[in-house]
Amino acid sequence: MKAYLMYKNHDFDIEQELPKNEAELIQDLELNTLFNAMANNDKFLFDVAKKAILTGLKNDIDTILYRQEILKDCLNNPLVIKEIYDLAVEAIEREKKVYFGFLSRYPDVILSRSIEVLQLFLEMLKKLREIALENLNKFQSDGFKTFFNMLKQELSDDYFLIIQNHLKQLKFNNGVLISAELGEANKGVNYVLRKQVKKNTGWVKNLFSAKSPSYTFYISDRDESGARALSELRDRGINLVANALAQSTDHILSFFNMIRIELAFYIGCLNLFNVLTEINEPLSFPVPVPINERKHSFKELYDVCLALTMKQKIVGNDLDADGKELFIITGANQGGKSTFLRSIGLSQLMMQCGMFVPAQYFSSNICDNLFTHYKRKEDFTMKSGKLDEELSRMSNIIDNITTNSIILFNESFAATNEREGSEIARQIISALLEKHIKIFFVTHLYEFASSFYNKNLENAIFLRAKRQQDGSRTFKLVEAEPLQTSYGEDLYKSIFNEKY
Amino acid sequence: MENLKKNFFSILFKKSEDKLRELDTSQPSFFVDLNLDQVIDTITIGKKEYNLKPFFYIHLNDIETIIYRQEIFKELENIALFESIKSFARSINTMRDYISKGEKLYYKLQKERYFLEAVEIYCNAVTSLFNFLSSFEIKSLGLLNFKKYLIEYVNSDIFISLKEETKKLIADLNSIKYCIHIKGNTVKVRKYENEPDYSVEVEATFEKFKQGAVKDYLVKFTSPVDMNHVEARILELVAQLYSDIFSNIDNYCIKNKNFFDETISTFDREIQFYITYIEYMNIFKNSGLNFCYPIISNETKEIYNYDGFDLALAYKLLNENSKIVCNDFYLKDKERIFIVSGPNQGGKTTFARMFGQLHYLATLGCPVTGKSAQLYLFDKLFTHFEKEENIKNLHGKLQDDLISIYNILSEATSNSIIILNEIFNSTTLKDAIFLGKKIIQKIIDLDLICVYVTFIDELVSLSEKIVSMVSNVDPNNTALRTYKILRKPAGGLAYAISIAQKYKLTYEDLKERIKS
Repeated sequence: MKAYLMYKNHDFDIEQELPKNEAELIQDLELNTLFNAMANNDKFLFDVAKKAILTGLKNDIDTILYRQEILKDCLNNPLVIKEIYDLAVEAIEREKKVYFGFLSRYPDVILSRSIEVLQLFLEMLKKLREIALENLNKFQSDGFKTFFNMLKQELSDDYFLIIQNHLKQLKFNNGVLISAELGEANKGVNYVLRKQVKKNTGWVKNLFSAKSPSYTFYISDRDESGARALSELRDRGINLVANALAQSTDHILSFFNMIRIELAFYIGCLNLFNVLTEINEPLSFPVPVPINERKHSFKELYDVCLALTMKQKIVGNDLDADGKELFIITGANQGGKSTFLRSIGLSQLMMQCGMFVPAQYFSSNICDNLFTHYKRKEDFTMKSGKLDEELSRMSNIIDNITTNSIILFNESFAATNEREGSEIARQIISALLEKHIKIFFVTHLYEFASSFYNKNLENAIFLRAKRQQDGSRTFKLVEAEPLQTSYGEDLYKSIFNEKY
Repeated sequence: MENLKKNFFSILFKKSEDKLRELDTSQPSFFVDLNLDQVIDTITIGKKEYNLKPFFYIHLNDIETIIYRQEIFKELENIALFESIKSFARSINTMRDYISKGEKLYYKLQKERYFLEAVEIYCNAVTSLFNFLSSFEIKSLGLLNFKKYLIEYVNSDIFISLKEETKKLIADLNSIKYCIHIKGNTVKVRKYENEPDYSVEVEATFEKFKQGAVKDYLVKFTSPVDMNHVEARILELVAQLYSDIFSNIDNYCIKNKNFFDETISTFDREIQFYITYIEYMNIFKNSGLNFCYPIISNETKEIYNYDGFDLALAYKLLNENSKIVCNDFYLKDKERIFIVSGPNQGGKTTFARMFGQLHYLATLGCPVTGKSAQLYLFDKLFTHFEKEENIKNLHGKLQDDLISIYNILSEATSNSIIILNEIFNSTTLKDAIFLGKKIIQKIIDLDLICVYVTFIDELVSLSEKIVSMVSNVDPNNTALRTYKILRKPAGGLAYAISIAQKYKLTYEDLKERIKS
């Protein structure tokens, strides 16, 4: 039995590895802000959100759409989702409390613990089935339909009856029947608990029918060592069945765990949805296009992390840049360049893990890797110069980059003079571009930017942080050629509170 | 078969009188000086049950037996043969283990099972060794005789019926399957009647929840092989259920009490001499060191050995991952005596020990260290090494030393080997020179082979029988000893030259450096 709410035909692996550049992505895109909003102070939700978002780049379009449909169901039935999620959490939490005998050396103790856990799970499974039956018709997505139908079929009344029967059998009111063979030194080995076969006529069959001879002896009440020996023998007999039952309860536990993990992602999405709709930010389900196409079109795309931090609606950007591979963004400081760059990265990650995106409309080709190359403030290692450090990070990226990657540069290669920095950037970008890697490059390197502008490339687009006449910024980017100067002067004046 | 036994005494001894010497051996007196005690300890470690040390104490003064053993050693270089014999030995060991386990148990039904298993292991071991040897072309006389014996034994009625009966009884026991029903303090025992496995059913019920690997909850029961009275009672009842099988076993055990063939048993022990020594050699061979089969002669005193080493020291150094230095020596024509001098801690004592070890192990028929060797079949080996603990009483020590040396010289013949190490160190130089010369002269007169480690250079020029060997230091770093012992004139010059080399100021160096 599988939940299959993250993938159509396999489990979501919570242990899977994150991309190698996990730390850079989290830092540069300020992903923790997003995870925290989804987690709503629940560490488990945080972990699942982080896993799901950072591993989303592996998903194909089918998986993205599969999750979108499920997420729509969740948005329509938030209370049902919460109920199932809470049920799974309750099953898991209550199982933990039945801790006695968990590490026991006695099969008898293991068995009775397992029986207790099984009784608890039985109750939970019945509830789960109730929920499924009640809500079957309210859900539209393939994922939920399959999930609920599975619960309906697999957890039938007959099945619950079989479990009840086992629970009764395992109390051994008729004693235990153990088979054995002769092992080393003729000691008994291969102890196996046997089913005491019922006869049609009555309850327990006459175990020792006339045909086969049997011998009986008794352990006297005063024979303590005999009683111990007998109880060990009994333990050996029920060892296998105790193991089987304990493992079965573990399996059921992992079933609940899987439900919890996979729903946790959607619960996280619901949490984020609530925060963003409260501040009236638009959300939409994006349109992913195949990995080998080059598309990036959106309306009112905003930096979700900035919105979450500011707790207010922020300015979004529009762009229609299908067929473009190189995006060079120039313009004023504090003009929304970094925010824009972040919104590109965040929306891509969110789309690819099956979430809604922070935009009125969003469509892009999916990618298989996302890299960020941001200017770092300090070189903590003291071993290499700043440019060394930048180039070394660049080299790491090159080790892992693929044709269908997206890479975000933020003021890279500015650690040296403009001419050198431009030349380095020019060489790197030319190479990346030849491989059709999608590049977003925020830069003050005028020489670099204008050299590409002058090439009149079909697949390049130049954006500029727009400046109003009064010197204040709109945070809107417009398509425009690179300018030689940026607006540091403004910034200076604004900070030093100097008037025009 | 009796006839065969007369032809074949032992895989170790060609002559029956040598075999008997085993009963009356003790560690030879020179063992400690040569560190041979350590060598033999290492070789026999973990093989105590075979009592192998006496084999290493019996000095063979007989080229025929030495060659008998060398041939066997050579034959055992075949890995398949070696492994097959080793596996035989391991099985016999397991067999012994089972017998002794059985002896320790209280209940007869348990003892009998161990006995049966022991015999089965024995039969299998003998059979697989036989199978291997049947298709293996043996060259050495010793193994050839053993093979002949084995073929006869395996085809004997005694062995055939032992093997078959054992196999059948064990199969009978393994076919037994019974049921125990426990309710309260009542225990019923009967034959198993195909009742289904209940845990399989439980597993099947919950199969649908299976997500992946889960923890193993099986409790590991560790209990001694001996039984408690409840188990014993159950076993008795099982024996009653299957009374025909168990009464056959009773008879079998009585009949086959002495199943272990004496010649096979002797072979099992004696072959360990070869196995242990080969495994010991392999430790060194794996580190790139050489072993060879020495030519042994009592006719010529021309001897040589190339790339030999001190086994005890090398074993220690290998464990420390340190470098092992090999040395060469030879005696030609009238040469008889090595006088070893040079810097202290330069490997002089090691050289002396190596020399002694080589000769002693060669006369056991064993391969020795080095790429090639010709060694002398001595009648007696004498050593006298400086003992450090006697500093208190110098006069007494000198006296003791002289008494020892006197005894050695009076027992030694021209066929003996004498190894003297740093004697007279603690006396005055004048005395030492005087005594040294006297003793060397006696050794020269005896015409025997000798290694004499000393600081007295003057002894070297006394006779053409004397060869001077000198320990050395690294030319580039005079503080670093090379442990190389080289044939060259004694004296301090070697030291001065090595310093010159370090600064490239030797004649040769200067010729190169000063250009025309």
